[in-house]
Amino acid sequence: MSEERLVGIVLVSHSADVAASVAELAKGLAGGTTSVPVAPAGGRPGGGLGTSAELVSAAAASVDRGAGVAVLTDLGSAVLTVKALLAEGDELPDNTRLVDAPFVEGAVAAVVTAATGAGLDAVEAAAVEAYGYRKT
Amino acid sequence: MLDADFFRRWMTATAALVDREAERLTALDSPIGDADHGSNLQRGFTAVRTALEKEAPDTPGATLTLAGRVLISTVGGASGPLYGTLLRRTGKALGDAPEVGEDQLAEALRAGVDGVMTLGGAAPGDKTMVDALMPAVDALGDGFAAARAAAEEGAVATTPLQARKGRASYLGERSIGHQDPGATSSALLIAALAEVAEA
Repeated sequence: MSEERLVGIVLVSHSADVAASVAELAKGLAGGTTSVPVAPAGGRPGGGLGTSAELVSAAAASVDRGAGVAVLTDLGSAVLTVKALLAEGDELPDNTRLVDAPFVEGAVAAVVTAATGAGLDAVEAAAVEAYGYRKT
Repeated sequence: MLDADFFRRWMTATAALVDREAERLTALDSPIGDADHGSNLQRGFTAVRTALEKEAPDTPGATLTLAGRVLISTVGGASGPLYGTLLRRTGKALGDAPEVGEDQLAEALRAGVDGVMTLGGAAPGDKTMVDALMPAVDALGDGFAAARAAAEEGAVATTPLQARKGRASYLGERSIGHQDPGATSSALLIAALAEVAEA
């Protein structure tokens, strides 16, 4: 199986540290050596909390291997920015999708699933299903 | 009739009002938000002003569409995609006519407000931008001054409401008693429109 067909994952958080750490966590739990393209898009370009449309667009472009891109977000402006970019039409790669999932658990599920070579629908389904993992 | 220059002046006047009121917007955003609404919008509309001067779009629709795109890419908070969608949808609804009438503007703004409601999931009464914008659009048929008054009344009327959208909604009942920053800045946008129309 060729690496370039793997679904790409973008993790959008208000915090650059959170986005980068969740990316590292998800890749680590997927086996560490996974070739799934995962890109964090956290905070604002100059530092500080917030969401940057430019970082999101750049991250999505960097993980696009032609098999679709799943975007997971934390909350508020992260969600709204991705939705606004999707509505724009030409700001994100074709077949980019906002996935409605819990940020950490969803990211792990998405990366693990993408690592199997699964398509975008399966990656999305796995991430969404992470809402169902009860903790008590 | 309203041409591209009218819309550019509207955006410039909005930038000036946001500059003047930035501290107040941030102060309103302190008890129920994250105290960045004034500085976020200041950054956004300053960038809009620069982009419009540089690119000088030649239709009303292109002017607002560009303004919307710039807000989405520069604000960094939820107000970026929300105001960006408002202006972009309004701009797209205006099409590529070189001049538009007040009726067309009212209709296009309604499409813009619908876009905001779809994006953020807010309805009137949720203590958001919509509470200033919707009354303004409804009043626009009676003129720009009526729209400005309706937007200001709408913003003030958010004070007793409990927030149901955004970060302020986490505060539950404690959000009551504070005027919504987004409704307040929306009233500035409409005030700038009236200011330019009356000039």
